[in-house]
Amino acid sequence: MISIGKVNKKFGKFTVLNDLTLELELGKSYALIGPNGSGKTTLIKTILGLVIPTSGDITIQDKSILKEWAYREKIGYMPQIGRYPENMTIGQVFEMIKNIRKHTGALDEELIQSFELEKMYGKRMHTLSGGTRQKVSAALAFLFNPPILILDEPTAGLDPVSVEILKDKILKEKESGKLVIITSHIMSDLDDLTTDLVYLFEGDLIYNDSIKNLKKETGETKLGKAISCLITQNKCLTELITS
Amino acid sequence: MTRIIKYILFDMLRTRFILLYLGFLLLSTISMFMLDGDNAKVVLSLLNIVLLVVPLVSVIFTTIHFYNSYEFMEMMLSQPINRKTVFLSQYLAVILALSLALLVGVGLPIFLYGASGSALTLLYASLMLTFVFVSLAFLAAVFTRDKAKAIGVGLLFWFYFALIYDALLLWVVYQFADYPIERATLAMISFNPVDLARILMLLQLDISALMGYTGAFYKEFFGSNMGFVYSTAILLLWTLIPVTWSMRIFKRKDL
Repeated sequence: MISIGKVNKKFGKFTVLNDLTLELELGKSYALIGPNGSGKTTLIKTILGLVIPTSGDITIQDKSILKEWAYREKIGYMPQIGRYPENMTIGQVFEMIKNIRKHTGALDEELIQSFELEKMYGKRMHTLSGGTRQKVSAALAFLFNPPILILDEPTAGLDPVSVEILKDKILKEKESGKLVIITSHIMSDLDDLTTDLVYLFEGDLIYNDSIKNLKKETGETKLGKAISCLITQNKCLTELITS
Repeated sequence: MTRIIKYILFDMLRTRFILLYLGFLLLSTISMFMLDGDNAKVVLSLLNIVLLVVPLVSVIFTTIHFYNSYEFMEMMLSQPINRKTVFLSQYLAVILALSLALLVGVGLPIFLYGASGSALTLLYASLMLTFVFVSLAFLAAVFTRDKAKAIGVGLLFWFYFALIYDALLLWVVYQFADYPIERATLAMISFNPVDLARILMLLQLDISALMGYTGAFYKEFFGSNMGFVYSTAILLLWTLIPVTWSMRIFKRKDL
């Protein structure tokens, strides 16, 4: 579905993505992880067209996305920090996005209902807490029933009840055959939600395989343990290479 | 695009900056008219306010607005919308808001107290200045991610065109006073939108005789329809070149 071919991104001299090649398929859900500053958000922004790669190409359904914009109707994006016009009410923000998207199919308002956002439609965005903003972002990402979902730290800042609601929703969408990309630092969440692992380190793709295989390779049953095993292994390897 | 412009305008009007600007213009224009019965004098005093305030407000408001809507633009661009549409909507919304404030703040009193040719030229010149300085400010804003830097560059534009350029021009004119430099100064004026607007106004006010031989030359040029068309064309160039340039940068910009 999404194929990333030899993408490089440099900010000045600093390389953020280094010759990244990656295939993301429909029906799978990917955990995109890596330490802070490893290029996760840049990768997501490149797929969204917010950041333009220095070289390389990204295709969605075999069509290049560079200089294109209509493909974004296939993507639901939940940003790390959702910022909206501060003087608008929640209801107006939903209205605006609906207006802009000109979506013809059915709307998926399940999250609006389960987060009980309708009660708060009259509240202005600048009065909202971080958690409520996250709920708005989440509801917007799922609203248009897109085949691709990109969630940047979806559970950060949400209360435990809402986290469960959101996780159930993500699982449901994953089961219905969508492509889900999630970044998170909470391994237990990813363990429940994702089937594949993409591990980035300083712009390089270190690991890209199913989580099942990873667990088999490392002999661990928990994702967190398996990843730390992977990282230490990796460190040993690089030390070996450099020495 | 009209929908997006509507939303941006709506959000902008709520920040009260535009309303303050409108109030200031309304207050100063009405008080000028009340203090002085002579229409020409009122226009002259207004000219001095407008030439300083309009570019300054345009620059500051545009840069602040651009940076405040950074996240909003990011959100828009993660939706299926063209970058050009987002940029032009922002640009047109700012232009519309500031022009509206001018039209109500200066235009309304002018029409109430009797619209003369010179008063209308004043309104026209200030609208043109708004276009030019909004475009220049957009250019400054797309060049850097740093808000303070962009405001600084914008202010530098204002400082240069409103104050420094005049001093330079005066120095040149003084140094070469013995030569026939009317045409050269005419060309130099074209490089400063504020001067262009000022000359346009002064000649309407019929006080060009005070400027001696050069004044007569300008009168001959700017007083005619040709002069009006010329200055409009140059001011439009001052608007279009920065805005197309900044749009090209914005299209390739990492957000």
